[in-house]
This record gives sequence, C-alpha cells and structure tokens, in this order.
Amino acid sequence: MGLRTPLYDTQIAQGAKIIDFGGWDMPLSFGSQIDEHHAVRRDAGIFDVSHMCIVDLTGARTRKFLRFLLANDVAKLSIPGQALYSCLLRPSGGVIDDLIAYFMTESWFRLVANAGTRRKDLAWIAEHAGPFGVEVRERTDLAMLAVQGPNAIAKTVTLIAPERRGAARQLARFSGAEFDSWFVARTGYTGEDGFEIMLPAAEAAPVWRALVAEGVTPAGLGARDTLRLEAGMNLYGNDMDESRHPLESGLAWTVAFEPASRDFIGRAALTRAREVGGPALVGLVLEDRGVLRKSQQVSAAPDTEAAPRASETLGEVTSGTFSPTMNRAIALARLAPGAGPKVLVDIRGKAQAARVVKPPFVRNGKILIPV
Amino acid sequence: MSKIPGDLHYTRSHEWVRRLSSGQLEVGITDHAQEALGDLVYVEVPQVSRRLVAGEACAVVESVKAASDVYSPVAGQVAASNEDLAHRPELLNSDPYGAGWLMRVVPDAAAAAGPLLTPAEYAQFLEEAG
Repeated sequence: MGLRTPLYDTQIAQGAKIIDFGGWDMPLSFGSQIDEHHAVRRDAGIFDVSHMCIVDLTGARTRKFLRFLLANDVAKLSIPGQALYSCLLRPSGGVIDDLIAYFMTESWFRLVANAGTRRKDLAWIAEHAGPFGVEVRERTDLAMLAVQGPNAIAKTVTLIAPERRGAARQLARFSGAEFDSWFVARTGYTGEDGFEIMLPAAEAAPVWRALVAEGVTPAGLGARDTLRLEAGMNLYGNDMDESRHPLESGLAWTVAFEPASRDFIGRAALTRAREVGGPALVGLVLEDRGVLRKSQQVSAAPDTEAAPRASETLGEVTSGTFSPTMNRAIALARLAPGAGPKVLVDIRGKAQAARVVKPPFVRNGKILIPV
Repeated sequence: MSKIPGDLHYTRSHEWVRRLSSGQLEVGITDHAQEALGDLVYVEVPQVSRRLVAGEACAVVESVKAASDVYSPVAGQVAASNEDLAHRPELLNSDPYGAGWLMRVVPDAAAAAGPLLTPAEYAQFLEEAG
C-alpha cells in the first residue's frame, strides 16, 4: 500500500483504477481515459494532485533566496499571487525538479513541486535556505485539486462566496489569490484554462463531490499525461532530469540569464552550455498509424539534407503517446541540432516516418499542428 | 468482474479461442485483457496466409498507456484478419468477444491444441493472479 491522498476513498467509490505513482496510490482513470481527456478539452475535468509537494518559504529574505535558488527570476513577480515556472538546478545545470513559485507576500513565497522528487527537493531547499534565514515548511495539511477545461472556471466559482466570485473569474492567467481557506490559481498542466486549488485536506472530498455534481468529469493520471503532452509540457523524469540541463529540455525560456548580475545555482554551467550548443527537445508527429513511446530511437530520414546519411542516430523519444485530440501519435524527443523536418522512428524494429514540429500540439481545444 | 463466455477457450496470456463451424479458430483478447490495457488506439493484425507456431507473437494491441503482444494459441495458417480494427481499434474495448476479433486460423491437422483453458479454469486463473 502506498501513500494516499484525502481523496482516495472518494475516488475508489467512483470506480478509480489505482496505480503507483512515485509511492502514491493514484487514480489512473475512472473508466475511459480518452473520454476524460475529451471532457477536459471540451468541458471540464477534475484531477486530484494532492500528492504534489507544497512548500511555504517565509522570512524577510525569501525573495533574495529564491533569486539564488531558481533558474528563473522571481524578481519578475511584482503583484501578490503571481506565479513563475522554474527549474531547480544542480551547479552542473542538471534539473533537480521543475516547480511553480507563487509570490504570496514579501516575506512568504509558496513552491509547488513534484511528488516523486519531494525528498531531494526538500533537502536541497533546506540546505540553501539556512544562510538566508528562510524557514521551510512543507504543507502536508493541504490538498490540491486541478479543475481544467473551457468550462472549469464557470463551474468552480459556484463554490466560492458570491461576493468573491467576480474576483475569482477575473484572476489573471498564471496568478492566484486567497478565497477564505483556499488558495486558487489560474494555472494547470493541460493546455486548457482552469484553476488549481490548494485547500485544507478535510475540504477536499466535499469539494470534489460538489464539482462532480456540477458536471465536472473526474479524471486520472492517464488523461493528465495525454493532455500535458498535447500541450507540449514536460514531465519530470521523462523530458528532463539531473543528467540534462534546461537548454536541452526545451526550457531555455525558463532560464533568466538577465540581469547578468544575478547569481543563481547552475548559472556558470548554463552559460558554458549556451555557447557550446547541443541537442534540443522537439515535437514529433507520426505520419502513419502506431504509437510513439518513450525511448524509441530516432534517426535521420534518407532524404534529409541536414543529415549526411540515412540511419544516423539523432536521439530518442522522451515522452510519447497517442493524441486523442489529433487522433495521431505525438511525442517529445531530444534530437541533435538541425534534425528534421523528416525523421524515422524505430517502432519495434520498423522504421516509421515522423515529422519534427514545434510544440505545443494542442492548446485551448485547438489543434495547432496540421495533420 | 470481467466477462468470460462459456462457449470459448482461453490462454494464460489472455487470448480467447472460438471454434467456428468451418473448423477455423477465431482468436481475440479477453475482456480482462482489454480492461487492463485501457483504451485501445492501435492494432496490428497478422497478414493472411502467414504461418503461425503455437505461442508465437502474431499481433500487437496498443492502448494509450502500453503496447502488448498477442500470442497465437495454436499452430496453423492465418485465414482472415480483422481489417476493421485498423480504423476502429476501440472495437476491442467495446466488443472483445465479437466485433473485436483479431484473426481466424486454420489449425494444423496434426497440431496438438495448445494448453487451452476452459472458462472455469480461466476464471480461476484470473482469481489467483489477483
């Protein structure tokens, strides 16, 4: 038996198929994961993400600490509630984890990190927090729900006090605010509009049931993975890890090299890496039927000018799946620079044609890559 | 609880076998198998006239989450493959014992029928496997 979120019993009662995810017993799906995927793209779905690691950092020098700890720069956060996506790096540039940092007050920032990396994240953060006098507190008392889809916000605000609904509806993208005992942020991992709600653990099950009663579809990790991949979002452990730096993981946009005066962990290594160049994370669309999967080998197509000769290995798939929205296999792959536009993917010994594209594949219900 | 029709035979790798009046054997994957795989999105069936050895991997079924081989329960020759599955792989989920059939095989005359399970034996096998 693994760790369980406050929603475990509720989800079992709703027919959840449970799998182990980073030591947690989590719902894979409640029936058809493709139906759950479509519900999020077309209407609204709800995910239990209470396994994620919520950490509050407090102290007068918290902002200063995070400007040193994170590859992105929290100086960009000027209004309370604003969020920033960032990598947590080793000095080598290897990615310890990816996370979202929320600016709550000048002496309080909140981090939301992955469940599977919890232990090393906390150790790393604690190790560097001391000199800044920053207190680190994991919020195991909170649960977290992600309500996602074009109708997610409209359905969720019905649970918010009437006089505060307008404020909830008007939350700017990638920012949040407190609503009584909840912290509600307009963030997510699906490529759709919606909220992520952090709330006291005891409130999670009643809120879940109320949203399902509003017609929000319970969804599991299966749909979460196909949604995030269509949205071109990385999964830690697949598309990035400690052996790779952000520039090789499609995350150059999350590294704030400016201002040059800001010292942050990993800066020296990334500055060198930026000069050298290297492989890049790209999108793939399979031309024929079949399914792209992690670790499949990618080679140059014979007619590709960029490649000196056919069958030269270019790299491999880091995340692959079947896209329910596009009805086609899609993937993220780490490939040598200049790869494509046509490549071959080895699927069970057969070389299948694929096209190199720039993710995202799908956003806000719309297919962005023609098939 | 997955469905186990009483008029079929089964394998430990979750295929079912139906003896047709023509003497051919129709083969598919069980309700338990499709349930475990989840939404099927791609199916590769064997070419007609391909010769099969009992236990040979002869088809591939892929769901969103995993690819799985299908093994021939008998030695013989492929007489027909279900071409509908190319465009409607979801038939394996909705009707695993009917429209979701994978192939029909003319069994070798001398072939010992593989170690097929009766419905009761398959039910017990599932139960023991947890």
